[in-house]
Amino acid sequence: MRILVSKNQLVIPGEILAQGSGIKVGGGVFRAKKNNETEIYASMIGLAQVRKNRIGVVPLEGCYIPLEGDIVIGKITRVGITSWTVDIRGPYVGTLRVNNVVDRDFDSMNDDINRILTVGDIIKAQITFFDRTRDPVLSLQGRGLHKIINGRLIEVDPVKIPRIIGKKGSMIQLLKNMTNAQIIVGQNGRIVISAQELLIENLIELAIRKIESEAHTSGLTDRIRDYLEEEKRLLLE
Amino acid sequence: MSENKNATLLENGLRLDGRDLHELRPISMKTGVLDRADGSCYLKWGNNKILCAVYGPRELHPKHLAQPDRAIVRVEYRLATFSVNERKSPAPRRREYELSKIITESLNHILFLEKFPNGTIDVFITVLDADGGTRCAALTAASLGLADAGIPMKGLVTGCAVGKVEDKIVVDLSDVEDKDGQGDMPVAMVYNTGEITLLQCDGKFTAEEITEGLKLAKEAIGKIYQMQRRALLAKYSQIAESYDEDEEEE
Amino acid sequence: MRSEEIVGSLERRYLTDLLQKGKRIDNRGFFEGRSIQIIPNVIHKAEGSAMVKWGNTVVVAGVKTSVGPPFPDTPNQGVITVNLELSPISSPTFESGPPGPDAIEMARVVDRGIRESHVIPMMHPQMCIIPGKLVWILFVDIYILDDGGNLIDASALAAMAALANTRINKVKINEETEEPILLEEMDPLPREGSVVSLTYVKIDDFILYDPSLAEDRAKIARFSVGIADDGMICSMQKGESGVFSEEEIITILEKATSRAKELNKIIDESSFLNEGEMFQFDF
Repeated sequence: MRILVSKNQLVIPGEILAQGSGIKVGGGVFRAKKNNETEIYASMIGLAQVRKNRIGVVPLEGCYIPLEGDIVIGKITRVGITSWTVDIRGPYVGTLRVNNVVDRDFDSMNDDINRILTVGDIIKAQITFFDRTRDPVLSLQGRGLHKIINGRLIEVDPVKIPRIIGKKGSMIQLLKNMTNAQIIVGQNGRIVISAQELLIENLIELAIRKIESEAHTSGLTDRIRDYLEEEKRLLLE
Repeated sequence: MSENKNATLLENGLRLDGRDLHELRPISMKTGVLDRADGSCYLKWGNNKILCAVYGPRELHPKHLAQPDRAIVRVEYRLATFSVNERKSPAPRRREYELSKIITESLNHILFLEKFPNGTIDVFITVLDADGGTRCAALTAASLGLADAGIPMKGLVTGCAVGKVEDKIVVDLSDVEDKDGQGDMPVAMVYNTGEITLLQCDGKFTAEEITEGLKLAKEAIGKIYQMQRRALLAKYSQIAESYDEDEEEE
Repeated sequence: MRSEEIVGSLERRYLTDLLQKGKRIDNRGFFEGRSIQIIPNVIHKAEGSAMVKWGNTVVVAGVKTSVGPPFPDTPNQGVITVNLELSPISSPTFESGPPGPDAIEMARVVDRGIRESHVIPMMHPQMCIIPGKLVWILFVDIYILDDGGNLIDASALAAMAALANTRINKVKINEETEEPILLEEMDPLPREGSVVSLTYVKIDDFILYDPSLAEDRAKIARFSVGIADDGMICSMQKGESGVFSEEEIITILEKATSRAKELNKIIDESSFLNEGEMFQFDF
């Protein structure tokens, strides 16, 4: 087994990462056989992750692939008799059934489903089922899940969401604490920002854009703290 | 291809634009140039100017085209009306349909389509300024657009035409050489594996000339591949710092 | 319908809440425009061209010239045609295929401003080669490359800037055959002044100049006016299902007239900068 890249090296699709047997693979890579030897290549642009005999790539670009348990911000795009179609970005379209929204019995003959949620509504929902062969199933039943009625909706690269949340939520906590804003983050790369002042909302959006473009660098939390402090000082002047 | 072999295309062993027989024209490329697309690339190659936008993988409309076991790739190669000497009508012509098809097939090979059943990956390529060799340039730009969109792929595809001018095999035909030369042979490969994903020719070549052409094409493709690699990484290496593992989310 | 086309209720509400506080999402004044960059002569194969970056919107216009027969009712006049493509490159919501009603409307609005202002004087002697037989024919083709809102104004500016650097061949007539010969040497296309488009949208009861993408999506009505450098109003187009009052139109025209002065200046600066020089085409 030979590892041919260093940790956190920037790699592009088709670049060889390792050769030989006994290598475990994570995401963002693929195996190929060459002269009876297994080779591991990157399939996405990203940073090589090397840990003992395990190799993978943390992608720097990519679409949203649902995972069961994910909190997403969705948009209602179609209303059915007892369910809604929900845009969650990426290749898959979510389904939300009425019994995953309201507790009481829903009578499709007499109750108007549009009064619960209608086309264009934005929701904070959870993915409760997904296996790639069928559309992901969403639910609005759970703590903090609801229709979102206030705030600025922005979209970021879904692969950058882990950086925006930060380790154990450190980055998002920093943003919230320094601005007193409400920020809802969906794993699908949608974020809703709600602050007292437009200028603060602008500042948060700029900070998030900065995290997005510098996601592959270290010491980011400190830089974002400095950035917010400096910008807030300028706003007060 | 014109039969006019009298036109002088070589002078003192050099080409009309001053290039050596095996020399590429100046090439530059940039990814992430478009706001609305998921991935994009702008490529200048000689006087060619090509813009490529990639969307997806996304939901497919109309739905009846969906494949239950894989995503489909839709490529649209278009010439802007003002990109050629005589204004082209806005409606796509047979040539554009053919090139869209062979570019699609070339890209199909490098994409892991089975990861996205029922979906589509849409690639739109517009040639804003055409100067010979647009299909190879378009394919080179498209594979950068796909990588920029973060679509999983086996590797980049890189294209370059070779051709025959005054009985010599030359690399990267210009517009004039394409029109007045003896033959044109566009080639595209996955450089890392040597797999040929696109190969065409028109004009008359001997088998030896084809062999020589393929060898020269591969050398040129190697150089262009390095430019593609640099272009893809440029966005990130500008903010060059190592990524601290401690901060990364598992 | 693609899901991107559906305007979220949140998006609309956020905009209107801000407008009620007298603010726009990017902190602009209601009648303030975004930054504009014009890069003339970007297309080698075109006889005239320009790329315009207008806020986040990117548009390229190219002019191709040829000689051909005039229209029978205007035997001594040149011919101009404006086309516009909402290229799928520029937005996830644009589909490929022949131009739909939106693209055709935009092309016609741009066309009308250029035509009615007579900034390209079709009756100019240079436009006619052999009366009744051969005149200059101009094709202005506009491609939207990135949709960041207010496509009409960006397109009109790109078309105007492209025409401002268009060149046509000098022509000699062969005395024996009376056939025209196009010479290598070129002249600038005749031009008298310039024209610009100014678009205002209505969201709730608020009127805004130069809509961003979010504002363009949330608008209920649109009003575009073409104004020449001499201050004359040459074209108007009210669009969408919402309505304006007389007072609103009068206010818009007042605001537009003063903004048009600044915009018309930009065109002359760009054609001045361009003299004999190829600019770098870059994003």
